[in-house]
Amino acid sequence: MKVLVAVKRVIDYNVKIRVKADHSDVDLTNVKMAMNPFCEIAVEEAVRLKEKGVATEVVAVSIGPKAAQEQLRTALALGADRALHIETDERAESLAVAKLLAKVVDEEQPGLVILGKQAIDTDNNQTGQMLAALTNLPQGTFASEVAVDGDKVNVTREIDGGLQTIALTLPAIVTTDLRLNEPRYAKLPDIMKAKKKPMDVKTPADYGVEVASKVSLLKVESPAERKGGIKVASVDELIDKLKNEAKVL
Amino acid sequence: MSILVLADLHEGQLAGATAHVVAAAKAIGGDIDVLIAGEGVQAAADAAAKLDGVSKVRVADNAVYAHQLAEPMGALLVELAGDYTHVLASASTTGKNVLPRLAALKDVSQLSDVIAVESADTFKRSIYAGNAIATVKSDDTIKVMTVRTTAFDAVSDSGSATLEAVDVVVENTQSSFVKQELAQSDRPELGGAKVVISGGRGMGNGDNFKLLNGIADKLGAAVGASRAAVDAGFVPNDMQVGQTGKIVAPDLYIAVGISGAIQHLAGMKDSKVIVAINKDDEAPIFQVADYGLVGDLFEILPELESKL
Ligand SMILES: Cc1cc2nc3c(=O)[nH]c(=O)nc-3n(C[C@H](O)[C@H](O)[C@H](O)COP(=O)(O)OP(=O)(O)OC[C@H]3O[C@@H](n4cnc5c(N)ncnc54)[C@H](O)[C@@H]3O)c2cc1C
Ligand SMILES: Nc1ncnc2c1ncn2[C@@H]1O[C@H](COP(=O)(O)O)[C@@H](O)[C@H]1O
Repeated sequence: MKVLVAVKRVIDYNVKIRVKADHSDVDLTNVKMAMNPFCEIAVEEAVRLKEKGVATEVVAVSIGPKAAQEQLRTALALGADRALHIETDERAESLAVAKLLAKVVDEEQPGLVILGKQAIDTDNNQTGQMLAALTNLPQGTFASEVAVDGDKVNVTREIDGGLQTIALTLPAIVTTDLRLNEPRYAKLPDIMKAKKKPMDVKTPADYGVEVASKVSLLKVESPAERKGGIKVASVDELIDKLKNEAKVL
Repeated sequence: MSILVLADLHEGQLAGATAHVVAAAKAIGGDIDVLIAGEGVQAAADAAAKLDGVSKVRVADNAVYAHQLAEPMGALLVELAGDYTHVLASASTTGKNVLPRLAALKDVSQLSDVIAVESADTFKRSIYAGNAIATVKSDDTIKVMTVRTTAFDAVSDSGSATLEAVDVVVENTQSSFVKQELAQSDRPELGGAKVVISGGRGMGNGDNFKLLNGIADKLGAAVGASRAAVDAGFVPNDMQVGQTGKIVAPDLYIAVGISGAIQHLAGMKDSKVIVAINKDDEAPIFQVADYGLVGDLFEILPELESKL
Protein backbone atom coordinates (compact mmCIF):
# COMPACT_ATOMS: atom_id res chain seq x y z
CA MET A 1 0.00 0.00 0.00
CA LYS A 2 1.21 3.44 -0.89
CA VAL A 3 0.84 6.22 1.69
CA LEU A 4 0.62 9.86 0.68
CA VAL A 5 1.45 12.54 3.26
CA ALA A 6 0.78 16.25 2.87
CA VAL A 7 3.25 18.61 4.52
CA LYS A 8 2.95 22.35 4.84
CA ARG A 9 5.70 24.90 5.36
CA VAL A 10 4.64 27.23 8.16
CA ILE A 11 6.13 29.56 10.72
CA ASP A 12 8.04 27.71 13.46
CA TYR A 13 5.69 27.06 16.37
CA ASN A 14 8.02 28.80 18.84
CA VAL A 15 7.97 32.11 17.00
CA LYS A 16 5.63 34.83 18.17
CA ILE A 17 4.39 36.52 15.02
CA ARG A 18 4.09 40.23 14.42
CA VAL A 19 1.47 41.99 12.36
CA LYS A 20 2.74 44.29 9.58
CA ALA A 21 2.49 48.01 10.27
CA ASP A 22 0.09 48.49 7.33
CA HIS A 23 -2.17 45.68 8.64
CA SER A 24 -2.02 43.87 5.30
CA ASP A 25 -0.82 40.57 6.78
CA VAL A 26 1.54 39.10 9.33
CA ASP A 27 5.23 39.82 8.82
CA LEU A 28 7.10 36.71 7.73
CA THR A 29 10.37 38.33 6.67
CA ASN A 30 13.35 36.65 8.35
CA VAL A 31 11.05 34.49 10.44
CA LYS A 32 12.08 30.92 11.13
CA MET A 33 9.97 28.48 9.11
CA ALA A 34 9.45 24.78 9.69
CA MET A 35 7.23 21.82 8.89
CA ASN A 36 3.79 22.19 10.44
CA PRO A 37 3.95 20.11 13.67
CA PHE A 38 0.86 18.09 12.74
CA CYS A 39 2.51 17.22 9.40
CA GLU A 40 5.59 15.93 11.25
CA ILE A 41 3.22 13.58 13.04
CA ALA A 42 1.71 12.58 9.68
CA VAL A 43 5.12 11.77 8.22
CA GLU A 44 6.08 9.82 11.34
CA GLU A 45 2.90 7.75 11.14
CA ALA A 46 3.47 6.95 7.47
CA VAL A 47 7.08 5.96 8.10
CA ARG A 48 6.03 3.72 10.99
CA LEU A 49 3.49 2.02 8.72
CA LYS A 50 6.31 1.33 6.30
CA GLU A 51 8.55 0.01 9.05
CA LYS A 52 5.75 -2.32 10.11
CA GLY A 53 5.45 -3.61 6.56
CA VAL A 54 1.95 -2.20 6.13
CA ALA A 55 3.02 0.52 3.71
CA THR A 56 5.29 -0.12 0.76
CA GLU A 57 6.03 3.44 -0.27
CA VAL A 58 5.69 6.87 1.36
CA VAL A 59 5.22 9.89 -0.89
CA ALA A 60 5.36 13.40 0.57
CA VAL A 61 3.67 16.31 -1.17
CA SER A 62 3.74 20.03 -0.47
CA ILE A 63 2.11 22.98 -2.15
CA GLY A 64 3.77 26.33 -1.80
CA PRO A 65 6.78 28.47 -2.70
CA LYS A 66 10.14 27.07 -3.80
CA ALA A 67 11.32 27.10 -0.19
CA ALA A 68 8.72 24.43 0.68
CA GLN A 69 11.25 21.99 -0.80
CA GLU A 70 13.14 22.34 2.51
CA GLN A 71 10.22 20.75 4.32
CA LEU A 72 9.96 18.05 1.67
CA ARG A 73 13.67 17.28 2.16
CA THR A 74 12.95 16.98 5.88
CA ALA A 75 10.16 14.51 5.11
CA LEU A 76 12.58 12.53 2.93
CA ALA A 77 15.17 12.56 5.72
CA LEU A 78 12.54 11.26 8.12
CA GLY A 79 11.88 8.31 5.84
CA ALA A 80 9.61 9.29 2.95
CA ASP A 81 10.70 7.65 -0.32
CA ARG A 82 10.00 10.46 -2.76
CA ALA A 83 8.52 13.92 -2.85
CA LEU A 84 6.25 16.01 -5.01
CA HIS A 85 6.42 19.78 -4.89
CA ILE A 86 3.57 21.74 -6.46
CA GLU A 87 5.11 25.16 -6.73
CA THR A 88 3.11 28.36 -6.37
CA ASP A 89 3.81 31.75 -4.83
CA GLU A 90 0.11 32.45 -4.43
CA ARG A 91 -1.54 31.99 -1.03
CA ALA A 92 -3.02 28.52 -1.46
CA GLU A 93 -6.08 28.18 0.78
CA SER A 94 -7.37 24.83 2.01
CA LEU A 95 -9.86 24.37 -0.84
CA ALA A 96 -7.20 24.86 -3.53
CA VAL A 97 -4.81 22.59 -1.65
CA ALA A 98 -7.52 19.94 -1.35
CA LYS A 99 -8.26 20.17 -5.09
CA LEU A 100 -4.58 19.72 -5.93
CA LEU A 101 -4.23 16.84 -3.50
CA ALA A 102 -7.32 15.23 -5.03
CA LYS A 103 -5.55 15.26 -8.42
CA VAL A 104 -2.48 13.72 -6.83
CA VAL A 105 -4.64 11.03 -5.22
CA ASP A 106 -6.08 10.31 -8.65
CA GLU A 107 -2.64 9.94 -10.12
CA GLU A 108 -0.94 8.06 -7.29
CA GLN A 109 -3.84 5.89 -6.05
CA PRO A 110 -2.58 5.69 -2.43
CA GLY A 111 -4.20 3.34 0.08
CA LEU A 112 -4.01 5.97 2.78
CA VAL A 113 -3.53 9.73 2.79
CA ILE A 114 -2.30 11.29 6.03
CA LEU A 115 -2.54 15.03 6.68
CA GLY A 116 -2.17 17.18 9.77
CA LYS A 117 -5.44 18.14 11.44
CA GLN A 118 -4.57 21.82 11.31
CA ALA A 119 -1.96 24.17 9.92
CA ILE A 120 -0.74 26.37 12.77
CA ASP A 121 -0.64 29.50 10.61
CA THR A 122 -4.19 29.73 9.30
CA ASP A 123 -5.56 27.39 12.01
CA ASN A 124 -8.02 26.22 9.35
CA ASN A 125 -8.52 22.53 10.12
CA GLN A 126 -10.23 21.82 6.78
CA THR A 127 -7.95 20.36 4.13
CA GLY A 128 -8.26 16.66 5.01
CA GLN A 129 -12.04 16.86 5.26
CA MET A 130 -12.24 18.70 1.92
CA LEU A 131 -9.95 16.18 0.28
CA ALA A 132 -12.11 13.33 1.58
CA ALA A 133 -15.23 14.98 0.15
CA LEU A 134 -13.62 15.69 -3.24
CA THR A 135 -12.21 12.19 -3.63
CA ASN A 136 -15.30 10.54 -2.16
CA LEU A 137 -13.14 8.65 0.32
CA PRO A 138 -13.99 8.17 4.02
CA GLN A 139 -12.26 10.33 6.61
CA GLY A 140 -10.87 9.79 10.08
CA THR A 141 -9.99 13.17 11.51
CA PHE A 142 -8.08 14.14 14.69
CA ALA A 143 -6.60 10.66 14.95
CA SER A 144 -4.82 9.49 18.08
CA GLU A 145 -4.58 5.91 16.85
CA VAL A 146 -4.56 4.41 13.36
CA ALA A 147 -4.79 0.63 12.95
CA VAL A 148 -4.80 -0.79 9.43
CA ASP A 149 -6.53 -4.15 9.32
CA GLY A 150 -6.79 -5.74 5.87
CA ASP A 151 -8.99 -3.58 3.67
CA LYS A 152 -10.12 -1.46 6.64
CA VAL A 153 -8.61 1.03 8.99
CA ASN A 154 -9.75 1.71 12.54
CA VAL A 155 -9.22 5.30 13.59
CA THR A 156 -9.50 6.52 17.18
CA ARG A 157 -10.48 10.17 17.14
CA GLU A 158 -10.04 12.88 19.76
CA ILE A 159 -13.49 14.41 20.05
CA ASP A 160 -14.72 17.09 22.45
CA GLY A 161 -16.21 14.65 24.94
CA GLY A 162 -13.45 12.03 24.83
CA LEU A 163 -12.47 9.39 22.29
CA GLN A 164 -14.38 7.85 19.41
CA THR A 165 -13.34 4.88 17.29
CA ILE A 166 -14.61 4.46 13.74
CA ALA A 167 -13.89 1.91 11.02
CA LEU A 168 -13.23 3.11 7.48
CA THR A 169 -12.92 1.25 4.21
CA LEU A 170 -9.59 1.75 2.42
CA PRO A 171 -8.49 3.90 0.71
CA ALA A 172 -9.12 6.53 3.36
CA ILE A 173 -8.06 9.99 4.51
CA VAL A 174 -6.66 10.46 8.02
CA THR A 175 -5.75 13.68 9.83
CA THR A 176 -3.40 13.60 12.81
CA ASP A 177 -3.87 14.86 16.33
CA LEU A 178 -1.01 15.56 18.70
CA ARG A 179 -1.01 12.26 20.55
CA LEU A 180 -0.90 9.97 17.52
CA ASN A 181 2.86 9.57 17.90
CA GLU A 182 6.02 11.37 18.85
CA PRO A 183 7.97 12.28 15.71
CA ARG A 184 11.63 11.30 15.52
CA TYR A 185 14.46 13.66 14.67
CA ALA A 186 16.23 13.29 11.36
CA LYS A 187 19.75 11.90 11.72
CA LEU A 188 22.64 13.45 9.82
CA PRO A 189 23.26 10.43 7.52
CA ASP A 190 19.54 10.41 6.66
CA ILE A 191 19.65 14.12 5.90
CA MET A 192 22.53 13.43 3.50
CA LYS A 193 20.69 10.50 1.89
CA ALA A 194 17.55 12.61 1.51
CA LYS A 195 19.39 14.92 -0.88
CA LYS A 196 19.52 12.09 -3.41
CA LYS A 197 15.91 10.99 -3.10
CA PRO A 198 13.66 11.94 -6.03
CA MET A 199 11.64 15.17 -5.95
CA ASP A 200 9.18 16.01 -8.72
CA VAL A 201 8.27 19.63 -9.28
CA LYS A 202 4.95 20.63 -10.85
CA THR A 203 2.67 23.65 -10.89
CA PRO A 204 -1.04 24.02 -10.16
CA ALA A 205 -1.52 24.68 -13.89
CA ASP A 206 -0.18 21.18 -14.64
CA TYR A 207 -3.22 19.90 -12.73
CA GLY A 208 -5.61 22.48 -14.17
CA VAL A 209 -6.35 23.87 -10.70
CA GLU A 210 -7.00 27.56 -10.03
CA VAL A 211 -5.35 28.59 -6.76
CA ALA A 212 -7.12 31.93 -6.25
CA SER A 213 -9.97 31.90 -3.72
CA LYS A 214 -13.08 34.02 -3.37
CA VAL A 215 -12.12 35.01 0.14
CA SER A 216 -10.09 38.19 0.40
CA LEU A 217 -7.99 39.25 3.34
CA LEU A 218 -9.01 42.80 4.18
CA LYS A 219 -7.01 43.40 7.29
CA VAL A 220 -4.83 41.71 9.88
CA GLU A 221 -4.62 43.13 13.40
CA SER A 222 -3.00 42.24 16.68
CA PRO A 223 -5.45 41.02 19.29
CA ALA A 224 -6.26 43.31 22.18
CA GLU A 225 -3.33 43.14 24.60
CA ARG A 226 -4.14 42.22 28.17
CA LYS A 227 -2.87 44.81 30.58
CA GLY A 228 -0.31 43.34 32.93
CA GLY A 229 -1.79 42.54 36.32
CA ILE A 230 -0.31 42.46 39.78
CA LYS A 231 1.34 39.88 41.98
CA VAL A 232 -0.39 39.13 45.24
CA ALA A 233 1.58 38.07 48.28
CA SER A 234 -0.70 35.49 49.82
CA VAL A 235 -3.73 33.29 49.38
CA ASP A 236 -5.69 35.68 51.62
CA GLU A 237 -4.86 38.64 49.40
CA LEU A 238 -5.81 36.62 46.30
CA ILE A 239 -9.22 35.72 47.72
CA ASP A 240 -9.77 39.31 48.82
CA LYS A 241 -8.95 40.65 45.33
CA LEU A 242 -11.15 38.10 43.60
CA LYS A 243 -14.05 38.92 45.93
CA ASN A 244 -13.79 42.65 46.26
CA GLU A 245 -11.88 43.94 43.23
CA ALA A 246 -12.60 41.51 40.38
CA LYS A 247 -15.91 40.43 41.93
CA VAL A 248 -15.73 36.95 40.45
CA LEU A 249 -16.15 35.00 43.66
CA MET B 1 -30.57 36.09 3.85
CA SER B 2 -31.33 32.61 5.09
CA ILE B 3 -29.09 30.76 7.46
CA LEU B 4 -28.82 27.11 8.36
CA VAL B 5 -27.25 26.25 11.72
CA LEU B 6 -26.05 22.69 12.23
CA ALA B 7 -26.82 21.78 15.83
CA ASP B 8 -24.34 20.08 18.12
CA LEU B 9 -25.56 17.07 20.03
CA HIS B 10 -24.12 15.62 23.20
CA GLU B 11 -25.31 12.07 23.89
CA GLY B 12 -28.44 12.79 21.89
CA GLN B 13 -29.28 16.05 23.70
CA LEU B 14 -28.86 19.54 22.29
CA ALA B 15 -25.41 20.84 23.28
CA GLY B 16 -24.99 24.31 24.76
CA ALA B 17 -22.83 25.41 21.83
CA THR B 18 -25.80 25.74 19.47
CA ALA B 19 -27.31 28.71 21.34
CA HIS B 20 -24.05 30.58 20.71
CA VAL B 21 -24.02 29.71 17.01
CA VAL B 22 -27.59 30.97 16.69
CA ALA B 23 -26.36 34.23 18.24
CA ALA B 24 -23.77 34.51 15.46
CA ALA B 25 -26.51 33.80 12.92
CA LYS B 26 -28.62 36.58 14.43
CA ALA B 27 -25.69 38.95 14.04
CA ILE B 28 -25.68 38.14 10.32
CA GLY B 29 -29.44 38.64 10.15
CA GLY B 30 -32.18 36.89 8.18
CA ASP B 31 -34.19 33.71 8.60
CA ILE B 32 -32.55 31.12 10.81
CA ASP B 33 -33.19 27.39 10.55
CA VAL B 34 -31.54 24.80 12.75
CA LEU B 35 -30.72 21.31 11.50
CA ILE B 36 -30.80 18.46 13.99
CA ALA B 37 -29.42 15.26 12.55
CA GLY B 38 -29.05 12.10 14.55
CA GLU B 39 -31.02 9.17 15.84
CA GLY B 40 -33.69 9.61 18.50
CA VAL B 41 -33.33 13.39 18.57
CA GLN B 42 -36.86 14.56 19.40
CA ALA B 43 -35.80 16.07 22.74
CA ALA B 44 -32.94 17.93 21.07
CA ALA B 45 -35.30 19.22 18.38
CA ASP B 46 -37.75 20.47 21.02
CA ALA B 47 -34.92 22.24 22.84
CA ALA B 48 -33.69 23.84 19.60
CA ALA B 49 -37.20 25.09 18.82
CA LYS B 50 -37.00 27.24 21.96
CA LEU B 51 -33.84 29.06 20.89
CA ASP B 52 -34.61 32.72 20.37
CA GLY B 53 -34.45 33.80 16.73
CA VAL B 54 -34.95 30.38 15.15
CA SER B 55 -37.86 30.10 12.71
CA LYS B 56 -37.70 26.43 11.84
CA VAL B 57 -36.02 23.32 13.17
CA ARG B 58 -35.39 20.71 10.51
CA VAL B 59 -35.11 17.25 11.97
CA ALA B 60 -33.31 14.39 10.23
CA ASP B 61 -33.93 11.48 12.55
CA ASN B 62 -32.42 8.34 11.10
CA ALA B 63 -29.95 5.64 12.10
CA VAL B 64 -27.59 6.71 9.32
CA TYR B 65 -27.01 10.02 11.15
CA ALA B 66 -26.33 8.39 14.52
CA HIS B 67 -22.98 9.54 15.92
CA GLN B 68 -22.99 12.24 13.24
CA LEU B 69 -20.41 10.49 11.07
CA ALA B 70 -18.84 12.83 8.54
CA GLU B 71 -19.83 11.12 5.31
CA PRO B 72 -23.63 10.96 5.75
CA MET B 73 -23.70 14.33 7.54
CA GLY B 74 -21.82 15.98 4.69
CA ALA B 75 -24.14 14.41 2.11
CA LEU B 76 -27.22 15.56 4.04
CA LEU B 77 -25.92 19.11 4.28
CA VAL B 78 -25.22 19.20 0.56
CA GLU B 79 -28.85 18.20 -0.06
CA LEU B 80 -30.17 20.99 2.16
CA ALA B 81 -27.64 23.79 1.69
CA GLY B 82 -29.01 24.97 -1.64
CA ASP B 83 -31.76 26.88 0.16
CA TYR B 84 -29.38 29.00 2.22
CA THR B 85 -26.94 31.90 1.93
CA HIS B 86 -25.02 30.85 5.05
CA VAL B 87 -24.37 27.53 6.78
CA LEU B 88 -22.96 27.72 10.30
CA ALA B 89 -21.79 25.23 12.89
CA SER B 90 -19.84 25.56 16.08
CA ALA B 91 -16.08 25.03 15.96
CA SER B 92 -16.58 21.80 17.88
CA THR B 93 -15.03 18.55 16.75
CA THR B 94 -18.34 17.78 15.01
CA GLY B 95 -18.58 21.10 13.20
CA LYS B 96 -14.94 20.92 12.14
CA ASN B 97 -15.37 17.35 10.96
CA VAL B 98 -18.42 17.95 8.80
CA LEU B 99 -18.56 21.51 7.50
CA PRO B 100 -15.44 21.49 5.30
CA ARG B 101 -17.02 18.60 3.38
CA LEU B 102 -20.03 20.74 2.55
CA ALA B 103 -17.78 23.62 1.50
CA ALA B 104 -15.68 21.43 -0.79
CA LEU B 105 -18.69 19.81 -2.42
CA LYS B 106 -20.22 23.25 -3.04
CA ASP B 107 -16.84 24.49 -4.33
CA VAL B 108 -16.66 27.29 -1.75
CA SER B 109 -14.17 28.15 0.96
CA GLN B 110 -14.86 27.61 4.62
CA LEU B 111 -14.15 30.22 7.27
CA SER B 112 -12.96 28.57 10.48
CA ASP B 113 -13.39 29.88 14.00
CA VAL B 114 -15.27 33.09 13.25
CA ILE B 115 -15.13 35.44 16.26
CA ALA B 116 -17.04 38.46 14.93
CA VAL B 117 -19.61 39.30 12.28
CA GLU B 118 -18.89 42.61 10.53
CA SER B 119 -21.57 42.21 7.85
CA ALA B 120 -23.26 39.41 5.94
CA ASP B 121 -20.07 38.73 3.99
CA THR B 122 -17.29 40.06 6.21
CA PHE B 123 -16.06 38.32 9.32
CA LYS B 124 -13.21 38.26 11.79
CA ARG B 125 -11.33 35.14 12.61
CA SER B 126 -8.40 34.23 14.74
CA ILE B 127 -5.18 33.00 13.07
CA TYR B 128 -1.66 32.08 14.27
CA ALA B 129 -2.90 30.75 17.61
CA GLY B 130 -4.82 33.93 18.28
CA ASN B 131 -1.79 36.15 17.82
CA ALA B 132 -3.45 37.85 14.88
CA ILE B 133 -7.04 38.61 13.96
CA ALA B 134 -7.90 38.53 10.26
CA THR B 135 -10.82 40.37 8.72
CA VAL B 136 -11.94 38.44 5.66
CA LYS B 137 -14.56 39.04 3.02
CA SER B 138 -16.17 36.13 1.25
CA ASP B 139 -17.60 36.42 -2.26
CA ASP B 140 -18.67 32.80 -2.28
CA THR B 141 -22.29 32.00 -3.11
CA ILE B 142 -22.74 30.18 0.18
CA LYS B 143 -20.82 31.28 3.23
CA VAL B 144 -19.83 28.18 5.14
CA MET B 145 -18.31 28.84 8.55
CA THR B 146 -17.55 27.47 11.97
CA VAL B 147 -18.12 29.79 14.90
CA ARG B 148 -16.07 30.16 18.07
CA THR B 149 -18.80 29.84 20.67
CA THR B 150 -16.99 31.83 23.36
CA ALA B 151 -17.11 34.91 21.12
CA PHE B 152 -20.95 35.06 21.01
CA ASP B 153 -23.31 35.18 23.99
CA ALA B 154 -25.90 32.43 23.90
CA VAL B 155 -29.44 33.37 22.82
CA SER B 156 -32.19 32.84 25.37
CA ASP B 157 -34.73 30.04 25.09
CA SER B 158 -37.79 32.19 24.70
CA GLY B 159 -38.47 31.18 21.09
CA SER B 160 -41.02 28.86 19.55
CA ALA B 161 -39.91 27.60 16.17
CA THR B 162 -41.80 25.11 14.07
CA LEU B 163 -40.49 21.59 13.56
CA GLU B 164 -40.17 20.00 10.14
CA ALA B 165 -39.10 16.46 9.41
CA VAL B 166 -36.37 16.02 6.82
CA ASP B 167 -36.73 12.75 4.99
CA VAL B 168 -33.44 12.82 3.11
CA VAL B 169 -31.75 9.51 3.76
CA VAL B 170 -28.29 8.91 2.41
CA GLU B 171 -26.34 5.69 2.17
CA ASN B 172 -23.09 5.14 4.01
CA THR B 173 -20.97 2.11 3.27
CA GLN B 174 -17.63 3.79 3.92
CA SER B 175 -17.54 4.47 7.62
CA SER B 176 -19.01 2.87 10.70
CA PHE B 177 -19.09 3.62 14.38
CA VAL B 178 -17.11 1.23 16.56
CA LYS B 179 -17.10 2.69 20.06
CA GLN B 180 -16.94 5.84 22.09
CA GLU B 181 -15.47 6.61 25.48
CA LEU B 182 -16.91 9.83 26.80
CA ALA B 183 -15.49 11.34 29.95
CA GLN B 184 -18.11 11.28 32.69
CA SER B 185 -18.13 14.23 35.03
CA ASP B 186 -20.57 16.04 37.26
CA ARG B 187 -18.72 19.29 36.72
CA PRO B 188 -19.76 21.85 34.15
CA GLU B 189 -18.50 21.38 30.63
CA LEU B 190 -15.22 23.24 29.90
CA GLY B 191 -16.56 25.32 27.04
CA GLY B 192 -19.50 26.71 29.00
CA ALA B 193 -18.15 26.98 32.56
CA LYS B 194 -18.04 30.34 34.37
CA VAL B 195 -14.93 29.28 36.26
CA VAL B 196 -12.14 27.06 34.94
CA ILE B 197 -9.17 25.80 36.93
CA SER B 198 -6.42 24.16 34.89
CA GLY B 199 -3.32 22.25 35.83
CA GLY B 200 -0.08 21.84 33.93
CA ARG B 201 3.08 19.81 34.10
CA GLY B 202 3.74 21.37 37.49
CA MET B 203 0.98 19.19 38.96
CA GLY B 204 3.49 16.35 38.85
CA ASN B 205 1.03 13.50 38.31
CA GLY B 206 -2.62 12.70 37.68
CA ASP B 207 -3.38 11.96 41.29
CA ASN B 208 -2.47 15.52 42.27
CA PHE B 209 -5.33 16.83 40.12
CA LYS B 210 -7.38 16.02 43.26
CA LEU B 211 -6.01 19.29 44.58
CA LEU B 212 -7.76 21.10 41.72
CA ASN B 213 -10.95 19.04 41.95
CA GLY B 214 -11.55 20.12 45.55
CA ILE B 215 -11.36 23.78 44.56
CA ALA B 216 -13.41 23.17 41.43
CA ASP B 217 -16.17 21.65 43.55
CA LYS B 218 -16.27 24.71 45.77
CA LEU B 219 -16.35 27.13 42.84
CA GLY B 220 -18.58 25.10 40.53
CA ALA B 221 -15.67 25.14 38.12
CA ALA B 222 -14.65 22.96 35.21
CA VAL B 223 -11.17 21.44 35.30
CA GLY B 224 -8.80 21.86 32.37
CA ALA B 225 -5.19 21.09 31.60
CA SER B 226 -2.21 22.08 29.50
CA ARG B 227 -1.03 19.85 26.72
CA ALA B 228 2.01 18.88 28.74
CA ALA B 229 -0.29 17.52 31.47
CA VAL B 230 -2.31 15.58 28.89
CA ASP B 231 0.78 14.28 27.10
CA ALA B 232 2.26 13.11 30.38
CA GLY B 233 -0.92 11.07 30.89
CA PHE B 234 -2.06 13.00 34.00
CA VAL B 235 -5.54 13.58 32.52
CA PRO B 236 -7.53 12.70 29.37
CA ASN B 237 -7.29 14.65 26.11
CA ASP B 238 -10.72 16.25 26.33
CA MET B 239 -9.37 18.46 29.14
CA GLN B 240 -6.73 20.18 26.97
CA VAL B 241 -7.10 23.93 26.72
CA GLY B 242 -5.30 25.75 23.90
CA GLN B 243 -4.75 26.39 20.22
CA THR B 244 -5.33 22.78 19.38
CA GLY B 245 -7.54 21.86 22.30
CA LYS B 246 -10.55 23.68 23.72
CA ILE B 247 -11.02 27.43 23.66
CA VAL B 248 -12.46 28.79 26.89
CA ALA B 249 -13.37 32.29 28.04
CA PRO B 250 -14.80 32.00 31.56
CA ASP B 251 -15.24 34.83 34.07
CA LEU B 252 -12.37 33.35 36.06
CA TYR B 253 -9.50 31.19 34.80
CA ILE B 254 -7.00 29.81 37.28
CA ALA B 255 -3.78 28.42 35.76
CA VAL B 256 -1.80 26.23 38.14
CA GLY B 257 1.69 24.97 37.33
CA ILE B 258 1.32 26.12 33.72
CA SER B 259 4.17 28.12 32.16
CA GLY B 260 2.05 30.01 29.61
CA ALA B 261 3.21 28.84 26.16
CA ILE B 262 1.53 30.72 23.28
CA GLN B 263 -0.39 27.59 22.35
CA HIS B 264 -1.91 27.46 25.83
CA LEU B 265 -2.62 31.20 25.95
CA ALA B 266 -4.48 30.84 22.64
CA GLY B 267 -7.11 28.83 24.45
CA MET B 268 -7.71 31.02 27.51
CA LYS B 269 -6.50 34.59 27.09
CA ASP B 270 -10.00 35.91 26.43
CA SER B 271 -11.03 34.95 29.97
CA LYS B 272 -12.29 37.91 31.99
CA VAL B 273 -10.02 37.43 34.99
CA ILE B 274 -6.91 35.28 34.94
CA VAL B 275 -5.12 33.99 38.03
CA ALA B 276 -1.75 32.27 37.76
CA ILE B 277 -0.13 30.14 40.42
CA ASN B 278 3.46 29.23 39.59
CA LYS B 279 6.69 28.85 41.50
CA ASP B 280 8.73 30.58 38.78
CA ASP B 281 8.15 34.32 39.05
CA GLU B 282 9.39 34.77 35.46
CA ALA B 283 6.88 32.33 33.93
CA PRO B 284 5.24 33.95 30.88
CA ILE B 285 1.78 33.14 32.26
CA PHE B 286 2.23 36.09 34.65
CA GLN B 287 2.26 38.46 31.66
CA VAL B 288 -1.41 37.74 31.01
CA ALA B 289 -2.51 37.16 34.61
CA ASP B 290 -4.53 39.78 36.46
CA TYR B 291 -3.44 38.22 39.73
CA GLY B 292 -0.27 36.22 40.04
CA LEU B 293 0.74 34.23 43.09
CA VAL B 294 4.33 33.01 43.14
CA GLY B 295 4.86 29.89 45.17
CA ASP B 296 4.61 26.13 45.46
CA LEU B 297 1.24 24.89 44.28
CA PHE B 298 1.36 22.02 46.76
CA GLU B 299 1.23 24.55 49.58
CA ILE B 300 -1.04 27.08 47.92
CA LEU B 301 -3.82 24.80 46.68
CA PRO B 302 -4.75 23.20 50.03
CA GLU B 303 -4.73 26.64 51.67
CA LEU B 304 -6.89 28.08 48.91
CA GLU B 305 -9.36 25.23 49.17
CA SER B 306 -9.72 25.57 52.92
CA LYS B 307 -10.20 29.34 52.77
CA LEU B 308 -12.76 29.49 49.97
C1 LIG C 1 1.41 22.16 17.42
C2 LIG C 1 1.37 22.39 18.89
C3 LIG C 1 0.14 22.59 19.49
C4 LIG C 1 0.06 22.80 20.86
N1 LIG C 1 -1.17 22.98 21.40
C5 LIG C 1 -1.26 23.18 22.74
C6 LIG C 1 -2.54 23.39 23.36
O1 LIG C 1 -3.59 23.37 22.71
N2 LIG C 1 -2.56 23.60 24.70
C7 LIG C 1 -1.42 23.64 25.48
O2 LIG C 1 -1.52 23.83 26.69
N3 LIG C 1 -0.22 23.44 24.90
C8 LIG C 1 -0.11 23.20 23.57
N4 LIG C 1 1.13 22.98 23.03
C9 LIG C 1 2.28 22.80 23.94
C10 LIG C 1 2.91 24.07 24.42
O3 LIG C 1 3.85 24.54 23.48
C11 LIG C 1 3.62 23.83 25.78
O4 LIG C 1 4.58 22.81 25.61
C12 LIG C 1 2.68 23.41 26.92
O5 LIG C 1 1.58 24.31 26.98
C13 LIG C 1 3.44 23.43 28.23
O6 LIG C 1 2.61 22.96 29.28
P1 LIG C 1 2.89 23.37 30.79
O7 LIG C 1 2.82 24.83 30.92
O8 LIG C 1 1.99 22.55 31.64
O9 LIG C 1 4.35 22.78 31.04
P2 LIG C 1 5.71 23.55 31.28
O10 LIG C 1 6.00 24.52 30.21
O11 LIG C 1 6.72 22.48 31.58
O12 LIG C 1 5.44 24.40 32.59
C14 LIG C 1 5.27 23.85 33.86
C15 LIG C 1 5.18 25.00 34.85
O13 LIG C 1 4.89 24.51 36.14
C16 LIG C 1 5.59 25.28 37.08
N5 LIG C 1 5.75 24.45 38.29
C17 LIG C 1 6.41 23.28 38.41
N6 LIG C 1 6.30 22.80 39.67
C18 LIG C 1 5.55 23.69 40.36
C19 LIG C 1 5.10 23.76 41.71
N7 LIG C 1 5.38 22.80 42.59
N8 LIG C 1 4.38 24.83 42.08
C20 LIG C 1 4.08 25.82 41.20
N9 LIG C 1 4.47 25.80 39.91
C21 LIG C 1 5.21 24.75 39.50
C22 LIG C 1 6.91 25.60 36.42
O14 LIG C 1 7.51 26.77 36.98
C23 LIG C 1 6.48 25.81 34.96
O15 LIG C 1 6.20 27.18 34.71
C24 LIG C 1 1.22 22.80 21.65
C25 LIG C 1 2.47 22.62 21.04
C26 LIG C 1 2.55 22.40 19.68
C27 LIG C 1 3.88 22.20 19.04
N1 LIG D 1 0.07 24.07 1.17
C1 LIG D 1 -0.04 22.83 1.64
N2 LIG D 1 0.77 21.85 1.16
C2 LIG D 1 0.67 20.58 1.64
N3 LIG D 1 -0.20 20.21 2.57
C3 LIG D 1 -1.03 21.13 3.08
C4 LIG D 1 -1.00 22.48 2.64
N4 LIG D 1 -1.95 23.16 3.31
C5 LIG D 1 -2.54 22.27 4.15
N5 LIG D 1 -1.99 21.05 4.00
C6 LIG D 1 -2.32 19.80 4.73
O1 LIG D 1 -3.56 19.95 5.40
C7 LIG D 1 -3.38 19.91 6.81
C8 LIG D 1 -4.41 20.81 7.48
O2 LIG D 1 -4.28 22.14 7.04
P1 LIG D 1 -5.45 23.21 7.18
O3 LIG D 1 -6.71 22.51 6.83
O4 LIG D 1 -5.08 24.27 6.20
O5 LIG D 1 -5.41 23.69 8.59
C9 LIG D 1 -1.93 20.26 7.03
O6 LIG D 1 -1.44 19.76 8.26
C10 LIG D 1 -1.29 19.56 5.82
O7 LIG D 1 -1.17 18.17 6.05
